[in-house]
Amino acid sequence: MARRVHPRPPRASRIRTPRFLERPGIWFNQHLQTLIETLGRLRANPVPSTMTVAVIGISLALPAALYVLSENLRAMAGGWDQTAAISLFLDLEIDDRKAADLAERLRAWEEVARVNLITRDQALAEFRDLGGFEDALDKITKNPLPNVLAVYPTPEHAEPERLAAVQERLLDLPEADFARMDTLWLQRLQAILDLVQVVALLLGGLLGIGVLLIVGNTIRLEILNRRIEIEIMELVGATAAFIRRPFLYTGAWYGLLGGLTAWFLVTLAILVLQGYVSRLASLYHSEFRLAGLGFVDTGSMLGAGMLLGLIGSRLAVNHHLQGAKPA
Amino acid sequence: MIRFQNVFKRYPERGEALSAIDFEIQTGEMVFLTGHSGAGKSTLLRLIGLLERPSRGQVLVNGRNLGTLPRREIPQHRRQVGMIFQDHRLLPDRTIFDNVALPLVVTGVHPKEIGRRVRAALDQVGLLKRERATPMALSGGEQQRVGIARALVGRPPVLLADEPTGNLDPDLSREIFELFERFKYVGVTLLIATHDFSLVSDLRHRTLTLDEGRLTRDTGAW
Ligand SMILES: Nc1ncnc2c1ncn2[C@@H]1O[C@H](COP(=O)(O)OP(=O)(O)OP(=O)(O)O)[C@@H](O)[C@H]1O
Ligand SMILES: [Mg+2]
Repeated sequence: MARRVHPRPPRASRIRTPRFLERPGIWFNQHLQTLIETLGRLRANPVPSTMTVAVIGISLALPAALYVLSENLRAMAGGWDQTAAISLFLDLEIDDRKAADLAERLRAWEEVARVNLITRDQALAEFRDLGGFEDALDKITKNPLPNVLAVYPTPEHAEPERLAAVQERLLDLPEADFARMDTLWLQRLQAILDLVQVVALLLGGLLGIGVLLIVGNTIRLEILNRRIEIEIMELVGATAAFIRRPFLYTGAWYGLLGGLTAWFLVTLAILVLQGYVSRLASLYHSEFRLAGLGFVDTGSMLGAGMLLGLIGSRLAVNHHLQGAKPA
Repeated sequence: MIRFQNVFKRYPERGEALSAIDFEIQTGEMVFLTGHSGAGKSTLLRLIGLLERPSRGQVLVNGRNLGTLPRREIPQHRRQVGMIFQDHRLLPDRTIFDNVALPLVVTGVHPKEIGRRVRAALDQVGLLKRERATPMALSGGEQQRVGIARALVGRPPVLLADEPTGNLDPDLSREIFELFERFKYVGVTLLIATHDFSLVSDLRHRTLTLDEGRLTRDTGAW
C-alpha cells in the first residue's frame, strides 16, 4: 500500500459540465474519441454490425439503383431528342441537287435549327452496312429510296404541338411526299421515366422508414446490452448527453457504412451491366454508356444514410435512455 | 456538509426503511454509520448520492436541497459525491484502469491527466500492478479496493462508503481506514457504513447508529 502518495485537497468547484465554448479542446477530444471508440465497437462485433450495415445498404441501394436507371434512360432519351427530328421524305423525282436547294431554303425558317440531307445513296449504303439485306439489295437495280431531309426544330418548336405545326408546314411543300415524326414514343418514355422516378421516391421513402426501424432496433439492443455500464456511468456523474453520444455515433456509423455499401452495390451493378449496354448500344450505332453515381449523388446517398442512422438511433435513445434516476 | 431533516424512506413492499432521521455532518468530518443488517445504512447513503429520493423530509448536501435539484444537475451532484458500493459496481469487461478512470472520462479530463490520476489512485489502494487486469481476475477484496480507487480518483469533497472493508482482512482494513483519515485531514467529508465494530471503537470517530430505520445513537464529534 502506498504511503508516499498523499491525497490532494478536494476542489468542489473544479468540475463542471463540459461545454463547447468553455473547453473546446475537451469537447472536440471527447467527440473524436467517441467517434473512434464506436467504430472500434462495431469492429469488435463484426457479425451483427455487418448484418445491420448490409440491410441498410440494400435498402438504400434499391431506390438508388432505380434513380440511376431513370437518369440513364433520361440521358439516353436526351440523346434521341436530337434525332427527334421530322424526317421529311421527298418525292422520288426530287434529285440530290433539288433536295440540297430545299434544305437550304428550310434552314432559313425560324422554326428550324438544322437540316441534314440524307441522300438516297447514303441511305442505301447505310442499309447495306446494317447487314442482313444483301440478298434483297442485290436484286434491286435501281435505288428505291427517296432523298430524305432530317429537319431539326429549334428547342422552342420541339414540344409536341409546335412540332406538329412544323410538320404541317413541311407537308405543304410541293416537294414533300410524307413526314414522319417520332414524338409519341418520346412522350411515352417521358411518362414511364416520371413513373420510375415516383416509384424510386416512394420506395426510397418506405425503405428509409425501414432503415430507421433497423437502426433503432439495433441501437435498442445495444442499449439493453449495456444497461449495467450505463447505470454505472450515471452513478459516477455522466451527463445524459455523454451517455447518449456513443449510441448516436454508432447510428451514424451504421448509416454511413450502409450508404457506402449501397454505393458499392450500385456501382457493381453498373459495372456488370456496362458490357451488355454498350453491346446493345453499338447495335444502334450509339456510343451510349451507363453513367454511374456522380459526386453529388454519392455525397447525398452517404449523407442520407448517415442522417437516417442518426435519426434512427436518436429515436431509440430518446425512448430507451431516460437519463439518471431518480426522475 | 450533509444534513438530514426529518427524513423518511418508505418502500411499498417493506414499510419504513428510515424514519425521522435528523443529523448534520460538518465539512471535513469523518463519520461511521453502524447498525444491524437491514437497519437502513445503505438506504441512507443512497439518499445522499441521490440514487433515491426520500418519501418525506429533506436531504441537503453542501447547502443544496436535493429535493429541488433539477434532474439535469444530478450528474453534477454525483461528481461531488464519491460512492463506494457494497457490491462494488465495477464494469466486468473493462480493465481496472478503465474502471477507475470512468469518473474522469465522463467529466472530460485530459487523457494524460487521467493516466496520472488513475495510477495515483490505484497506488493508494495498492493495486498499481493490476491496472491491466479485469475485475473477474481479482479477489473480492481487490475488487473492493478498485471501487475505492474509483471513488477517490475524482477527488470529490464528499465520500460515501458502504462496507468498504467488508471483504478485507484486518490489516488491509486498517490501511484503508488510514487512507480515509488522510482524506479527512485534507477536508473531505466522509460517511462510512460499516460492521467493523473493533475498528470503529479503535479509531474514535463520530458514530451514528441506526436501529430499524431510526437513528438511535449519535456519539457526536470526538
Ligand atoms: N429497493 C428496495 N425495495 C424494497 N425494500 C428495500 C429496498 N432497499 C432496501 N430495502 C429494505 O430496506 C431495509 C434497509 O435496507 P438497507 O440496505 O439500507 O440495510 P443495511 O443497513 O444497508 O443492511 P446491510 O448491513 O445488510 O447492508 C431492508 O429491510 C431492505 O429489505
Ligand atoms: Mg447495506
